[in-house]
Amino acid sequence: MRKIISFILIVIIAIGVFFSLQEIPFGETKSKVREYYLDNGIKQTGATNIVTSVVVGYRGFDTLGEVTVLFLATIGLSAIFYREKERKIKKRRKSSLILYTGCKFLFPLILLFGAYIFIHGHLTPGGGFQGGAIIASGFLLTMLGCWRWEGFNRNRFKITESISGLVFVVVGLLGLLYGGYFLSNYLPKGIPNELFSAGIIPIIYVVIGFKVGSEIAGIINDMVRSG
Amino acid sequence: MVILEIILVFAMLVGAITAGIFKDLLNAVIAAGFVSFIAAILFYFLHAPDVAMAEASIGAALTTAIFIIAIKKTKRFEEDEEDN
Repeated sequence: MRKIISFILIVIIAIGVFFSLQEIPFGETKSKVREYYLDNGIKQTGATNIVTSVVVGYRGFDTLGEVTVLFLATIGLSAIFYREKERKIKKRRKSSLILYTGCKFLFPLILLFGAYIFIHGHLTPGGGFQGGAIIASGFLLTMLGCWRWEGFNRNRFKITESISGLVFVVVGLLGLLYGGYFLSNYLPKGIPNELFSAGIIPIIYVVIGFKVGSEIAGIINDMVRSG
Repeated sequence: MVILEIILVFAMLVGAITAGIFKDLLNAVIAAGFVSFIAAILFYFLHAPDVAMAEASIGAALTTAIFIIAIKKTKRFEEDEEDN
């Protein structure tokens, strides 16, 4: 009986979704906002990557909210995993020489690649979130393969994260002071396609890169350490 | 190119269904990581390299690693009888 009722409910929901989606013309553009971004994005924000100009330029405040959501998730996880006394972590067997050497060799390269991605966020695809995730995967590699089996000190991640979040908000408030609204692009735009261009966008993306990297690495670190 | 995309979509479907069917959690996690990996390739073909990068690094690498750590920290047990 319950199965029949749930099946009927699912059919009703499917019909409703079908009829409401039928109204939307797929493949046609009804909104003008996309063309506006494509036409004016480079001129107004100075970022050649249009996605970046939307994410950090036009929708910078939403990005602050996204980063805050990630921050809350990290806080919740470390509250769950927190222990007053650190449990003794079992001595792990050392990894073989090939694994150890390869991991030690790859770790700085992964950090460099992540940093490259978020520094060039306004020029090439990618940005703070992607670069931060790549940096966090580098830290994961050290915890799996080489010298940090027992994890890092969790306070360092927390400090990096807090400082970068603070810099984000301070840059936004300076925009309120100089440009008239929160996160306004008050620095000189520069020439498009150059590294030092696009005003505050590179600064914010570097800060987001540090923040996301330390947050995700902190989550993995908390999981690894909780014996 | 279209044929390759169709093959990838079907591989993704197979991965997603097997992730639901597998009894062993570790296998299911690997299948889910496979789905994200193919999704990353498809995003790249659809001219969205930003999303492809995020999907490959977060979906395929970090989420899989977090799930595997969680499985390792918890106890594994299997029951013979099916419970509904």
